Amino acid sequence: MKALALHLALIAVLFALQFVLPPYHHTNIVRVMVLAVFAMGYNIAFGYTGLLSLGHALFFGAGMYTAGLLATGEGTALLALPAGVLAGGAAAFAVGLLALRTAGVSFMIVTLMFAQAGYLTVLYFGAFTGGDEGFVIPNAARALGPFDLSTDTPRYFAGLALFAVALLANLALVRSPIGRVMVAMRENEERSRMLGYNPFTVKLFALSVSGLYAGAAGAAYALMFGYVGASFAAIQYSILPLLWVLLGGAGTVLGPFVGALLMFYLIDLSSSVTTAHQMVVGVALLALVLFAPKGVLGALRDRGLKWLP
Amino acid sequence: MDFGPFLLLALMEGLVMAAVLALTAVGLSLVFGVMRVVNVAHGEFFMLGAVAAWFVTSAMPGPPAVGFVAALLVAPLLVGGIAALADRLVLKRLNYDPEATIVATIGLLYILQQAALTIYGPDARPVQAPFEWRIQFPWFGYSGYKLFVVFAAAAVLTAVWLFMTRSRIGLVMRATQIDRDMARAFGINVDRVYAGVFAMGAGLAAVAAVLIVPIQQAHYLMGGDPLLLSFIVVIIGGLGSLRGTLVAALLIGLSDGVISVFFSPTLAKIIATLFVALVLVFRPQGLFGAKQ
Repeated sequence: MKALALHLALIAVLFALQFVLPPYHHTNIVRVMVLAVFAMGYNIAFGYTGLLSLGHALFFGAGMYTAGLLATGEGTALLALPAGVLAGGAAAFAVGLLALRTAGVSFMIVTLMFAQAGYLTVLYFGAFTGGDEGFVIPNAARALGPFDLSTDTPRYFAGLALFAVALLANLALVRSPIGRVMVAMRENEERSRMLGYNPFTVKLFALSVSGLYAGAAGAAYALMFGYVGASFAAIQYSILPLLWVLLGGAGTVLGPFVGALLMFYLIDLSSSVTTAHQMVVGVALLALVLFAPKGVLGALRDRGLKWLP
Repeated sequence: MDFGPFLLLALMEGLVMAAVLALTAVGLSLVFGVMRVVNVAHGEFFMLGAVAAWFVTSAMPGPPAVGFVAALLVAPLLVGGIAALADRLVLKRLNYDPEATIVATIGLLYILQQAALTIYGPDARPVQAPFEWRIQFPWFGYSGYKLFVVFAAAAVLTAVWLFMTRSRIGLVMRATQIDRDMARAFGINVDRVYAGVFAMGAGLAAVAAVLIVPIQQAHYLMGGDPLLLSFIVVIIGGLGSLRGTLVAALLIGLSDGVISVFFSPTLAKIIATLFVALVLVFRPQGLFGAKQ
């Protein structure tokens, strides 16, 4: 109950925030909300099920390119968005079928390789995808029914709606029986198997849901900000969700949002001092893994807030 | 040019690539074999080697050969020192936990890359080859320096092999690889072995970079490709097996050369990455590794 109230309160705060934010931060918060959905998806695989993937850029990119190519081509945004979500899920399902035969370090490398192959494929078919430079989605193709996503207010609402649905679905998932089994897989796979659960199907399910989230975030990002580029499918976008989740707290529902928000503003603030964004990312990764492997919310949960889902 | 000479050219380019790749990949393989650490920052050690070579050669007066030899000595020592420091400050404190070290080396990758960008700048800069000499084939002329790279790499690899199999330090390293706790029980300072292996792996990448830098310019983003290809080679050859790594480097280098010349470099990389993923899934011990 307390947990549900907290999550609804966050959504309410984000709803109210749009009326007071200056334009610059207004856009930033939309961006953070969409990226937080990506991070939530990553957290379902990594934080709850213990699957450390280095290939989520593939799922994000699948959603982004499917939505972007459909919207600029024949389809409309109304079709492109769900198609992007499904593309992310389908990519994750296909990768999972093969990659989940491995575990640990091998799993990380296999997902990394698949994502790299996906990124190179985008470059290889530069005639359709625009290669490194990417392409811009025309404003006319970005209307989600009556809502024009190229204007500020509908975009904020669309971002908030996506974020709210993703957050509440995530909360429901981790409190459901299957969510418990996912955690059991992370904690002790052998014992869960002994209790009669099939690790492969549970992990495949978790990875596919994770892919749906990543695909949704990718598709929404393309339609909201009107640009699709190969850099979003590159290794960087597999590392960033890992960083956000580690920072916010792996295995907490709100952690991905907290991590994405903190990291976004950390880079934003530091770029007024230095141009070395990468240094910030690198130092943050090292500091987290050395000194705070549980992240912000994980540390809070250890210090009294035991009910935090 | 006819098909035959064209193929010969592709194979020779592939051989140069295979030589450099073998050096880089053996470094990665050594680190994984002994320490069980997947070093994602390995490509950045390669890049640092190239950048160090540029600094040394441009600081040295006299003919290019003097600067080149100096770079060949200084760059691996410097890069190895940085690696040993990273091992002491970061990896050791993580107790070499496989997943935590991957995340940490990703962090290291970003830090090293940014440091190179800040200190060295965004430009690609050439290093002069130690000698100019062309071999004239009936169909085309070929750079003698490139052939020198192949022989130099072979010499270094032989030295590494002798070091690992014949010297006392190599014996200690192999003992640590087989059983870390037992090695410690026999009074081996495992911490020092790990720092040494990590430095040696990085140093090998740096040697490869110094050799390649007269052919390919030094640039702060140049670490990506060697990292990816070394991963491919090490996995296909079987993680931790030096002989498999060599065979795989030849295989990947030659086929990459041929596919890149006749089709496209991007296609060659797509095929190689997919191949690696499938090898890991269906034959995790590598194509040449023995079944456990």
